Amino acid sequence: MTRSMTVLATGPLTTVQDSGRPGMAALGVGRSGACDRASYRLANRLVGNAAGTAVLEVTLGGLHLRANDELTVVTTGARCEGSSPHNAPGRLRAGDELLLGAPAAGLRTYVAVRGGFAVEPVLRSCSTDLLAGLGPAVVATGDMLVVGEPSAPMPRIDVAPVSDPAQGDVTVRVMPGPRRDWFSDGAWISLVSQSYTVSSDSNRVGIRLAGEPLERIRDGELQSEGMARGALQIPPAGTPVLFLADHPVTGGYPVIAYVVDDDVDRCAQLQPGQTLLLREVINGGPRQN
Amino acid sequence: MRVLPCGTTSLLLELDDLDGVLATYAALVQDPPKGVLDIVPAALTVLLVTDPAETSLVEVRRAIGHLKPQYDRRAVGELVEIPVTYDGEDLQDTARLLGYDVPELIRRHTAEEWTVAFCGFAPGFGYLTSATQEWDVPRRSSPRTKVPTGSVALGGRFTGVYPRESPGGWQLIGRTGLAMFDLSREPPALLRPGNRGRFVDVGAR
Repeated sequence: MTRSMTVLATGPLTTVQDSGRPGMAALGVGRSGACDRASYRLANRLVGNAAGTAVLEVTLGGLHLRANDELTVVTTGARCEGSSPHNAPGRLRAGDELLLGAPAAGLRTYVAVRGGFAVEPVLRSCSTDLLAGLGPAVVATGDMLVVGEPSAPMPRIDVAPVSDPAQGDVTVRVMPGPRRDWFSDGAWISLVSQSYTVSSDSNRVGIRLAGEPLERIRDGELQSEGMARGALQIPPAGTPVLFLADHPVTGGYPVIAYVVDDDVDRCAQLQPGQTLLLREVINGGPRQN
Repeated sequence: MRVLPCGTTSLLLELDDLDGVLATYAALVQDPPKGVLDIVPAALTVLLVTDPAETSLVEVRRAIGHLKPQYDRRAVGELVEIPVTYDGEDLQDTARLLGYDVPELIRRHTAEEWTVAFCGFAPGFGYLTSATQEWDVPRRSSPRTKVPTGSVALGGRFTGVYPRESPGGWQLIGRTGLAMFDLSREPPALLRPGNRGRFVDVGAR
């Protein structure tokens, strides 16, 4: 028997995500996938889904679902107001509703259902890539989401002991990037000492940071080159764009620095208006917050 | 080859020229270092994106040290023939920019054996370069918000085909009905790095 959930409201943006499409960047297809990978993996683990199972990525809450059958669900990442089963799997009976309010801290909430959301993969992934326009359509009110069959027993975990995304100032580690030498030492010091503000003009492609512009010491155009998640690209305006899951495969603006990969998940949880501090480390360095 | 830092999970290899990129990319594809998820060629660089659970950048650097670049790749890639109707909106302007008349531009564009240097911009958008002639076509001063699917265009040193409708700043010289990116095909992209491309004039309509 097919089990399902019905979407009653989506909030600002809800998409289906999994671990993305690695291995196709040379064809111009980026990886995409969940922006906060750790929260995504945790969500699947808590309901006994295989790694790589499709979940919902909810941006700034607002998702409202109705279970049409008995289901086990969990939310991870940004903790939303309401009675969502956060970091602790819970049962929904047929007719029960799951309503995610606004998160006090954090931006993206992951909703996993035991058995996974059964979505037709595109190029072996169920992720919606908003930049490339690949994968399933953005989740819309009225959609019926079919739930798959569980493949493994439920883990014996009542609550996962993970901390919620931070409010206020967030500090992440950065390392010099491939085009650090396009900028003066003064620009570098400015990058790693100033307080950036997360712009509302941010999305799954990247986070725009507002602050003091950085000055280049080299003129001319950079030949387009490959970009990875965590790149801090400096367009002509001089303020960084921090690339997230749907970043372009190649880019033509110099990358002054990279955020240490383990810290990119925390960047993906920044709300517009929050302060981001980039601090230099050598070879990954110790974790800070 | 220079190895440039890209954070904790990627490395950027910088080469002297496009032939170096093609040679390095071919060697990496043939014998990919363990734990490398993506190998992304571009005009002068190859980006390696790794899975930190599978490898470390130290190991990947060591593997790169043993790499034997495969030169003379231009003549051996799979050949893709692209039928073109040369009736693009910028055809006259582009010919004038290059100092040709329209028939001469078409003759030169179809006479070239192009090589896909890399992909980017959109899924299946290949940047094709010429080994024999330096093309240098200025981009439009104001990009179009909608370039139709299948548009054949010139921009900078490259020619390419828009795989689907998108914004674009290149000069449009024609169009093809060939699907450049088709999800039902394996692999979906027709133009892949190292492939050769030849444009065939199928006449006006």
